[in-house]
Amino acid sequence: MGKPKLATTSLCGCFGCHMSVLDIDDRILKLIELVDFDKSPIDDIKEFTGPVDIGLIEGGCCNEENVHVLKDFRKNCKILISVGDCAIDGGIPALRNNIPLKECFDEAYSTDNRLGPAVLNPSGKVPNDPELPLLLDRVYPCSEIVKIDYHLPGCPPPADTIWEAMVALLTDKPVALPYELIKYD
Amino acid sequence: MSETLESAVKAVCSECGNDRERMMDIVRAIQGKFGCVSSEAMDMIAKQLATHRVEVESVVSFYSFLSDRPKGKVVIRLCDDIIDEMAGSADVANAFATELGIGIGETTADGKITLEHTPCIGMCDQVPAAMVNDVVVTNLTPAKVKDIVAKLKADVDADLVDAPGDGNNANDLVKAMVQNNIQQSGDVIFAGMEPGAAIKKALEMAPKDVIAEVTKSKLRGRGGAGFPTGLKWKFTSDAPGAEKFVLCNADEGEPGTFKDRVILTEQPDMMFEGMTVAGYAIDASTGVVYLRAEYAYLREYLESVLARRRSDGLLGKSVCGKDGFDFDIRIQMGAGAYICGEETALISSCEGLRGDPKNRPPFPAQEGYKAGPTTVNNVETFCCCARVMEKGADWFAGIGDGQSVGTKLLSISGDCGKPGIYEVPFGITVDEMLKMCGAKDTAAVQVGGASGQMIGKNDFGRKICYDDLATGGSIMIFNSKRDLLKVAEKFMEFFVDESCGYCTPCRAGNVLLLNALKTILAGKGEASDLEYIETLGNTVIKASRCGLGQTSPNPILTTLKNFRPAYEALLVAPSKDGYQVSFDIKAAVGDAAAIAGRDSVHAY
Amino acid sequence: MSDTITLTIDGVEIQGKPGQTIMEAADAAGIYIPRLCAMDGLVPHGSCRVCTVMVNGRPQSACTQPIAPGIVVDNETDEINAIRRDIVDMLFVEGNHFCMFCEKSGNCELQAVAYRLGIAAPRFPFQFPDCGIDASHPDIFIDRDRCILCGRCVRASQDLDGKDVFGFVGRGSEKRIAVNSDAKLKDTNIDVTDKAVEACPVGALLKKRVGFAVPIGQRKYDHKPIGSDIEQNKGSL
Repeated sequence: MGKPKLATTSLCGCFGCHMSVLDIDDRILKLIELVDFDKSPIDDIKEFTGPVDIGLIEGGCCNEENVHVLKDFRKNCKILISVGDCAIDGGIPALRNNIPLKECFDEAYSTDNRLGPAVLNPSGKVPNDPELPLLLDRVYPCSEIVKIDYHLPGCPPPADTIWEAMVALLTDKPVALPYELIKYD
Repeated sequence: MSETLESAVKAVCSECGNDRERMMDIVRAIQGKFGCVSSEAMDMIAKQLATHRVEVESVVSFYSFLSDRPKGKVVIRLCDDIIDEMAGSADVANAFATELGIGIGETTADGKITLEHTPCIGMCDQVPAAMVNDVVVTNLTPAKVKDIVAKLKADVDADLVDAPGDGNNANDLVKAMVQNNIQQSGDVIFAGMEPGAAIKKALEMAPKDVIAEVTKSKLRGRGGAGFPTGLKWKFTSDAPGAEKFVLCNADEGEPGTFKDRVILTEQPDMMFEGMTVAGYAIDASTGVVYLRAEYAYLREYLESVLARRRSDGLLGKSVCGKDGFDFDIRIQMGAGAYICGEETALISSCEGLRGDPKNRPPFPAQEGYKAGPTTVNNVETFCCCARVMEKGADWFAGIGDGQSVGTKLLSISGDCGKPGIYEVPFGITVDEMLKMCGAKDTAAVQVGGASGQMIGKNDFGRKICYDDLATGGSIMIFNSKRDLLKVAEKFMEFFVDESCGYCTPCRAGNVLLLNALKTILAGKGEASDLEYIETLGNTVIKASRCGLGQTSPNPILTTLKNFRPAYEALLVAPSKDGYQVSFDIKAAVGDAAAIAGRDSVHAY
Repeated sequence: MSDTITLTIDGVEIQGKPGQTIMEAADAAGIYIPRLCAMDGLVPHGSCRVCTVMVNGRPQSACTQPIAPGIVVDNETDEINAIRRDIVDMLFVEGNHFCMFCEKSGNCELQAVAYRLGIAAPRFPFQFPDCGIDASHPDIFIDRDRCILCGRCVRASQDLDGKDVFGFVGRGSEKRIAVNSDAKLKDTNIDVTDKAVEACPVGALLKKRVGFAVPIGQRKYDHKPIGSDIEQNKGSL
């Protein structure tokens, strides 16, 4: 029997939660002993090689590609975990959730000085390459799109939180985080 | 405008003695004169009453008949309840919108006419109905709407009542097209009584004996909660307090109920009589009738009855010549808030505040209106009190069934041949009731209004009484063609709109419940959503602060209990891949696709 | 007999004084009942409902319910904790609580109660309401995204500051905290030293330019759950 497999991804996130995974320091060596990484930016495997035991999701869904990746994870992962506030509640990107999408585009791309120079964009046009994934009307928490088995809050979740949860799941123990490991910031 | 805002505010405030407890009257008056209580007006009122501006704003923003932005000279409020909807209120709404060229919630460009929806206005027996300012128009059809709009366009003060209704609806001071629809009279409410008869009997007794007599009659509150009236009076009487009060709850807002409307039209003397008896019993000198804004058309008439009773010595100083017993009654108008039917919210409103319920204890009997011991009773309860005095406790207790004595007024509406008011002895079964009102093919009955319960055929043998199917009087009947889940949705929307927002579970929980129901109705619910609704509903019921939140999940929970297959039929199987079936990617990318002017090229 | 009232909380017999609420008696006995709208020195509000307990089997808010001889109070049961979790979840989803950049994080009572209840994520869908910020005042701001409508600022301003700066407007889910002015906070007579500013349990009413002063790990609720101070009194009576 091979080692359990682990997959990770960052959707509409900042990779901070992945940094926190790396922040388990030398325990990463033990993690490698416990699991094999499948699809993940950590090993740069782009597609699932087969069913995976645990999937870690960073970030919420802000565009159709995020939705696609999240569904792919759900389909391929026995246990799916929302890691961090963005995956759980949309996080900072969800600040746009009560602003109409058109206004967001104008704010970012318009050359009208009043709207603010978010990017250098002399043409004033909204990028519209057909390959660009369409944005969703708002940023969706992952649990609105697929069923999520566990939530590890934090921005990012402390490395110990991720570690404790991983170890519990990989050793068939209940995920019972102590007081100091549930933090929302 | 001939009158400036400033002079009007000064005049209105000084008429009310610059008393901030009369806030409701003040803001209602300004709303009436100027079509809104503007920001400027709020500042002026606050200054005039030497209070804080935020207090004025908190009141204006609470009641749906008040507004800080201008409304038309005429505000048309279309009754939006389920019974009106079943009778075609959507067509009526469309007709209004077409004739006026505006949508719901809008005002015509000339600023003359505003069109709005409003919850139940107490006319479920003559639907669809609407209010045009204070004038009630009933049995509406698109053709009638055309006529009404034409008249209003020609003259905003046009008389819309061609043929007044029966009884006192035809009285010069009422002149309403409303019909009483009294389908069955009984011996307690709709029987004759000589004005003063009950008071004179009471005055022959000591106040404590009056309370004992009411207690002996086993009379319980008719508003729905069923608290023993004698006990309530005893608590109020026993409570220490220099000044005590008698409050009459005429804020009949429970969807589907309209019995108090008919009592106020035909038997106001009896209600005032009961209040006066209560005043004598608990040693109060002030009575207040809290009249819902929807019944403003009855106000002038009620004032005239009060004036007559004063001149007949039935109110005022030394009532019926009894030295030391002074009692008078004033009418306090509401301004559109269901929650004010909750007795402590009603007291808040009478005190010129937002209609937030108060914390209990202290109960109103200990510390109520103006912090004095207060008894708050329903319109029908006061009428019963008067009859108990006139005929005696034993006579009264002889009617009815077990612990539920006397008669009960039922407001019956919906799918039946003869909607209207029925005075029946307690203990009547649902089956008997359905036969009585000519209901056929009945699939469900909503007993007790939106906050009550939806029952099915299995329960039609049950009795209408306190110990079985308790009701404040609202009975709504639905035949087999009705979609009961849409009914539940309507009721939940009502509670979301009417929650005062004070406590968390009611403010937030009802919104979540409604959303969950909408998901199921949209064909995107899963079996687990039913459990979600049940646990969430349980939290709202257990943790809410007042009766509104403690009953608001009932429309969903009782339909779920009694009509579970209707829910199950709409459920979809969970996705085998673990996707949420409620998520709709097409809808989610719709805005972006429209902005980009293209569909997605990805096969996501 | 007249000086003490005996009652039971979670099977423990405690003594209270006449006129005390269940919460006051429990506090004195070292039993913590979670709360948000209740605050020492302010009239009980009874609005958040987090302090819901069962009194002889009936739900009551501990902050408003007076003690009575012989009452049996359930505080820490599965049923009550489930109700409390639901209420806290509701408060999170009906607002916009971005803990990651909130100055109050680590000292926030809403967050702390959620931590204590072991909430990893709310079970209800987020509502993402549009609430608005009032940063007009030079020293204080209101972030309505974070407001839980507990009324502590309203009462503190009225009863402790004698000012009446705040009030509630609207009803139901439209209910909002408002200021005693047509326009903005800057037009009121609020002062940065007002008790009302300190009274906010969350980050809805804050002083400007003083946030993030305490590093993570040293904040009020980083290590010890809310209520620990009360629980230290246990057995002292």
